[in-house]
Amino acid sequence: MKLAAQVVDLTKFYDLGPAIPVAGANDELQYAPIAANEGRILVKALRGVSIDFPEGDFVAVMGSSGSGKSTLLNVLGGLDRPTTGHYVLGGEDVSQMDDVELSHVRNQKIGFIFQSYNLIMQYTVLENIELPLQYRPGYPALSAADHEWCLNLAKKVGLGDRLDHRPFQLSGGQQQRVAVARSMVNDPEIILADEPTGNLDSATGIEIMEMLWALNREGRTIIMVTHEHDIAEWAKRQIVMRDGLVHKETRTRPVHDTSDPVPHRRMASANV
Amino acid sequence: MSFSRLIRTVQLGLKSLMLHKLRSGLTMLGIVFGVFSVIAMLAIGEGASAQAQKQIVALGATNIIVRSIKPVEGSSSDTSQGGTPRYGLLRSDFRRLTKTIPTVLDAIPIRELPREARFLRHTMNCRLVGCTAEYVAINHLGLLKGRFLTDADQQNLANVVVLASDVATKLFPTEDPLGKALQVDSMYYTVIGVTADRTPSAGIGGSLAAQDFNKDLYIPINTFRVRLGDQIFTPKQGGMDSEYVELNQITLSVKTVDDVLKTADAVRGTLEKFHTQKDFAVVVPLELLKQADQLRQIFNIVLGSIAAISLIVGGIGIMNIMLATVTERTREIGIRRALGARQRDIIEQFLTETVVLSGSGGLLGVGLGLMTPYAFLLIRWVTFNFILDTKRGTLSETTRMFSEMQPTVALWSLPLAFGISVGIGILFGLYPAHAAAKLDPIEALRHE
Ligand SMILES: Nc1ncnc2c1ncn2[C@@H]1O[C@H](COP(=O)(O)OP(=O)(O)O)[C@@H](O)[C@H]1O
Ligand SMILES: [Mg+2]
Repeated sequence: MKLAAQVVDLTKFYDLGPAIPVAGANDELQYAPIAANEGRILVKALRGVSIDFPEGDFVAVMGSSGSGKSTLLNVLGGLDRPTTGHYVLGGEDVSQMDDVELSHVRNQKIGFIFQSYNLIMQYTVLENIELPLQYRPGYPALSAADHEWCLNLAKKVGLGDRLDHRPFQLSGGQQQRVAVARSMVNDPEIILADEPTGNLDSATGIEIMEMLWALNREGRTIIMVTHEHDIAEWAKRQIVMRDGLVHKETRTRPVHDTSDPVPHRRMASANV
Repeated sequence: MSFSRLIRTVQLGLKSLMLHKLRSGLTMLGIVFGVFSVIAMLAIGEGASAQAQKQIVALGATNIIVRSIKPVEGSSSDTSQGGTPRYGLLRSDFRRLTKTIPTVLDAIPIRELPREARFLRHTMNCRLVGCTAEYVAINHLGLLKGRFLTDADQQNLANVVVLASDVATKLFPTEDPLGKALQVDSMYYTVIGVTADRTPSAGIGGSLAAQDFNKDLYIPINTFRVRLGDQIFTPKQGGMDSEYVELNQITLSVKTVDDVLKTADAVRGTLEKFHTQKDFAVVVPLELLKQADQLRQIFNIVLGSIAAISLIVGGIGIMNIMLATVTERTREIGIRRALGARQRDIIEQFLTETVVLSGSGGLLGVGLGLMTPYAFLLIRWVTFNFILDTKRGTLSETTRMFSEMQPTVALWSLPLAFGISVGIGILFGLYPAHAAAKLDPIEALRHE
């Protein structure tokens, strides 16, 4: 099976500076993610994570606060470099790329959806969707085809009649739709969603999940961080992190499954 | 950066600036006034020097003026004529200069004395000038009426006089002066011509005091010698003062500007050989012109630096605002970085924004700068009507200069000032732009 992304033995340590000796304290700190190492305090946010992400998979990353979810997502998103280990994205090892190369990877291979939407306030809906095109390699001017493409994406997320609105004129759900459209613009290898429904009420959250599920059904690979179990149920596979390691992994549906993901809805439709 | 991309970045900059119109406008004002003051200061400097130059050019760039000067009191003065001080240029000097220096094209000997002129009951304090026919050509003097002195007048020792325009209007308010007899002391001269108006020259260099040519009476120098003589008596308290002067001035002209300096040296050398005391001075208008040019440069540098300080203050204002903007837009920077902007893209974005801000300020400043002459007129009007309670007639030399000066906006100062404003934008924009680019994308995204 072709892999969209793969992480191998990934670690990420944060150096918090020299350890200050405290009289009476143990030399070695007992709590695993924080360790004194050669007189320095290290936060081990990731301690050796290996996961394969097959093309077309829909993965929910879960775990308690501080377990390393965001750190993992930052590495996957090319926003951060791992301390050791490898990250292969679309067949290319991107784990030790420099900033220019990583910027290129973020622009071309990754689509971001954030918890707080992260739209640019002075831009209209359409301009926000077009934003990643500004940073395409070679910086070509926007063509008519580009424009058409962005317009279609806006229609696809149901904002065809809001093109000239600015983010503050939209509801949270609508803003997140803009973000979903924007994540698709450069036809990325993977879509990363960091608690995409975290700021939304449950009904609106379900709308966004419907949208992500539709994208996944088209073959898009989606990696999503979430706290909520009913949101994680939309994914085909659930990974639970703890103390910087993969604690538990379950696959609820096969990679290429296209059936309706939500059991209660499945039951509801079966009853009709 | 390709052109379409530049356009896009500029549009982006404008859009962000328009988001805070008041703030951007106020920030821009610093640059507007900085650029304006650069242009205005240079315009005033240019105006002042243009005025000095005009006066020097009026003296003639190809002329060399030799003046008699009274030696300093106490120095050994030649008193061969029974106690009468004797100094200055001699007729033999004149002959020697014209004969021995080949580059001298023309030369006029000049004798001058303050005298009262009278016609009927009108009188006027004038300057009686003895000169030759060439005087009118060397001094670029126009004639309003009649003719100037001729060589024949010299030979005949004719009792004729040419009036400067002011004299003609003052002494002959109603009638035509031509053919009338003008009285100076006890002698009468027939008026044969009137010269055109000539702008007075300001005092330039010690030996050449301010001159008002419009109060001149021109008579043949030979007539002057015969009628008035070389020894002049002036009444003073308790008797008579007398001095013996053959010539007050010799004006020489050379063919081209290139001949001026070496001829002036030759003149100095020749005269020094025959004069035991320092009783003459050589004035070279061309040298004055060069001095005036240097003065203008110094003027421009000093005034320009003062103006530049205001530009720098404007630049600091811009930097301050841009730093605030970067902090305020940390989140936006994070978003752009996450979506693929390189550090360079962020630098370009913020730098463009700063340059658009300072450049538009610069353009407005250039526009304001073009108004300098009008602003100056207004300031002058206010000064003369409300601050300096003076009538035009009682103006001192400096206020007269102020009243006649015309600031001229130097064309070269416009692109210069605009260029500086853009430069200020780049200089003071670099740091905020770098600060923006150096932000960690993850932290920038987390920023509230
Ligand atoms: N920039 C950082 N500097 C130091 N420690 C960090 C940094 N980012 C994250 N950490 C630490 O790494 C661990 C994992 O954090 P994170 O990945 O944000 O967890 P999660 O997103 O699962 O809540 C936590 O202990 C956190 O305090
Ligand atoms: Mg987190």
